[in-house]
Amino acid sequence: MAPGAGRCVIEALIDIVLLTFLAIIAVAIVRIRNLLAVTMLTGIYSLIVAVLFVLMDAVDVALTEAAVGAGLMVILMLATIALTTREERPHRMRHNLLALVVVVITGAALIYATLDMPRFGDPEAPAHVHLSPRFTQDSPQEIGIPNMVTSVLASYRGIDTLGEAVVVFAAAVGVLLVLGSGTVRRRKSGESADKDDKDASP
Amino acid sequence: MIWLGLYNYWIVIVLMMIGFYIVIAQGNLVKKIVGLNIFQTSAFIFFISLAWKEGGTAPIALPGVTEYSNPLPHVLILTAIVVGVALTAMGLALVVRIHEAYGSIEEDDIHEQDEYQ
Repeated sequence: MAPGAGRCVIEALIDIVLLTFLAIIAVAIVRIRNLLAVTMLTGIYSLIVAVLFVLMDAVDVALTEAAVGAGLMVILMLATIALTTREERPHRMRHNLLALVVVVITGAALIYATLDMPRFGDPEAPAHVHLSPRFTQDSPQEIGIPNMVTSVLASYRGIDTLGEAVVVFAAAVGVLLVLGSGTVRRRKSGESADKDDKDASP
Repeated sequence: MIWLGLYNYWIVIVLMMIGFYIVIAQGNLVKKIVGLNIFQTSAFIFFISLAWKEGGTAPIALPGVTEYSNPLPHVLILTAIVVGVALTAMGLALVVRIHEAYGSIEEDDIHEQDEYQ
């Protein structure tokens, strides 16, 4: 029992340290005005979140978060910064007090709400007694895949995944429309001689 | 030791409120999208915290193991991460487009230009 308990204590300690890191990084993101630094901090933030997910036994989610959050998101933001600007202008202070008050009140209300919640990792929590046993006990036989997350993703909640694909497709079309229309319009106003060329391309 | 069992939720709330603050109080549009990101990541951590079970393992079937964490929140968050990055891409594309049209990504400049037009 003693080695197991020791591991639990160490895991809890790592959990607390990483969560505290996250809070510190988030505060740094608020304070720093250089957008390149903010982008790098976002990448570190995502990576720490991925490590936390591994710690909380969500390995599939951790893989996705590391690939998408720390990889793709950073690339997208770097591209945006390259196309726009790298420094944030110092903002005026007048809105900030009101915003701070709203945020603190909302946060206090939410923290009050957590006092009723089941403790972290409690095996008797509602999340573990209702639907979870059905998936964890029956899905390996029913679907034939040992990874339950995959069974739920592709089979029990397949429609959900279809919806996700639709959203990603819609976003891709949206990005192409937003950026594509801009280039066409700018070129039309800038160089009308090339007009025939551009009409053929989209 | 009550706070130890709730520490995850409290940090989630702190992160969520920091993201919320960035979205409503900061004028730079790229920063606002980073704030949105922090907000949504905090929701991810919340769900995964709810799914974790003390004494369980990752939800991959192993002979002799009976206790697993709940796979359902994991699936929901997998979907949410991908949807989130789609949302971010869309938002950043809009930022680039706004920069093309206004020459600035600061909210104040954009409002000013709108008013004098």
